[in-house]
Amino acid sequence: MQGFQTVLLASAIGMLGIPNALAQQGGGERPSWALERPEQSPAAEQLAPVSPPPIPTAREELPLDAITLPEGFEVEVFASGLANARSLALGEDGTVFVGTRLVGRVYAVTGDNGEAEVSTIAEGLHRPNGVAYKDGALYVAEVSRVLRYDDIQNRLDDPPEPAVVYDDLPKDEPHGWKFIAIGPDDKLYVPIGAPCNICEPTEEYAQIRRVNLDGSGAEVIARGVRNTVGFDWHPETGELWFTENGRDWLSESIPEDELNRATGSGEEHFGYPYCHQGDVLDDQFGWGRDCADYKAPEALLGPHTAALGAEFYEGTMFPEEYRNQLFIARHGPWNRTTKDEGGDVVVAKLDDQGKVVAVEPFMTGLLQNNEYLGRPVDLEVLPDGSLLVSDDFNGAIYRVTYGG
Amino acid sequence: MIRSVYSAVAALTLLAVPASGATQSLAERLETCAGCHGVDGRSTLPETPSLAGQPADYLTVQLFLFREKLRPGTAMTPFAQGLSDAELQQLSEHFAALEPAPPASDPDPQAYARGAAIASEHRCGSCHVGDFSGQGQVPRLAGQREDYLAKALREYESGDRPGYDPVMAEVMAPIPVEEIPDLAHFLAHFDPDAD
Repeated sequence: MQGFQTVLLASAIGMLGIPNALAQQGGGERPSWALERPEQSPAAEQLAPVSPPPIPTAREELPLDAITLPEGFEVEVFASGLANARSLALGEDGTVFVGTRLVGRVYAVTGDNGEAEVSTIAEGLHRPNGVAYKDGALYVAEVSRVLRYDDIQNRLDDPPEPAVVYDDLPKDEPHGWKFIAIGPDDKLYVPIGAPCNICEPTEEYAQIRRVNLDGSGAEVIARGVRNTVGFDWHPETGELWFTENGRDWLSESIPEDELNRATGSGEEHFGYPYCHQGDVLDDQFGWGRDCADYKAPEALLGPHTAALGAEFYEGTMFPEEYRNQLFIARHGPWNRTTKDEGGDVVVAKLDDQGKVVAVEPFMTGLLQNNEYLGRPVDLEVLPDGSLLVSDDFNGAIYRVTYGG
Repeated sequence: MIRSVYSAVAALTLLAVPASGATQSLAERLETCAGCHGVDGRSTLPETPSLAGQPADYLTVQLFLFREKLRPGTAMTPFAQGLSDAELQQLSEHFAALEPAPPASDPDPQAYARGAAIASEHRCGSCHVGDFSGQGQVPRLAGQREDYLAKALREYESGDRPGYDPVMAEVMAPIPVEEIPDLAHFLAHFDPDAD
């Protein structure tokens, strides 16, 4: 975007100093995301997280020409002008709802992509990154509570005051913004990230929780999850597949972000903070532990690629080879001096046994020469089988189609 | 004290605040800015920041937050109403091009040394750059008013200023509030040419 450089700046990954949240942490007093940054490394000293600009990129300046897709696929602009567009949810009449992380807004997009109309249906919310739709109602997750806007599709011009569905959630800023989704069991799934980069938090953190849509019956369905910002249920098995962002400052190449599968039993522990990526014991918290005691990932998604939105493809527009495969948006790294992976959409290909056999690039080109042209965040398959991709760097949503 | 300053300023300058959506030229808007932030972008008003030499992207984000009412508790919100996206950038670029204020004079050597140690410990220079001149969305600290720096740091610490990205809230969490005056003193007096 004009005027904004891909300069590295500070952002939130961890928060130290909440006495009841953290066990004793070694190391000096640095911002939590930099606590483990190597002290003597000039290269590491230059690395700090990237924040997107608050002003969306003009439609005609969106980097469509830079995007590469497999043979037969095309990309166009679905909607632009949505500053900090992040998570996507689909209403039953085709309205697309869009959450944000930095600008306090929730958007609604109606109409066809050529004539998409964008309206702001909520403002001033506290990092309303999570959106989910069910039976006429839009659920919005802020850092510490989930709201519900009733009859939303009929009230886009005059949205109702939201009801508070659930607020038994911590208020920590690090990993506090949420992705939410409603499962095939009609329950709302809400993650709570670790309030730090690497720490041993108290048990209400680093987990995925589910609650009834009225906010009752909260239960933990997965533990040891550092931060997940994207998940979906397998169309046939009904199991929950979620992306997970791995810890920073161990090395530029380890650990990789993970693709995990939860059965929903609540018994599964996915390793954090003790074991990363299934086979790397943490250099501080891993002593005396065994990675075999934790559930290993189904696939690795690259080091620090910031794997976010995940969506199983159930449409019929794309070729059959994509049916029931998992599309994943990777936001792209900040703490790699050479950014050669991420800033893209990949496909995790599953075999008949439900095992991941490959993770292949699908939509690339938005990270070139260590500079971001855009950063994918979330995915949504439309009823016609086309695929929406949100980009919070440009404040836009792309639509990928297959023409054969 | 803060409130009386703001209300005095507001009283003086409220007449200059246009109705939302009214068009003002850039020159007219800049006159309004100068009323508090100084004609050369160097503020002489207590707890009101200097803007000269601030990175343009930082100013754009702040003006955006004021316009969107995402940065409560300041006098700036009404002044930002009605600004177009282009105007946010134009105003920012104007101030970014101004010569930044020099370091404050007559530092207290002990407070300066203590503040330098705090800044080193918390790696302020990693985002704010080694000479604290800032970059991108990260503000210039060198040459900023000491009272404003202290105010901003306190507000990040308390959460009264939530920030665009939640980073400064996290940065301030482990820093005792008693250390803020020394840190502000050091940054306001920081002289890259000194030993």
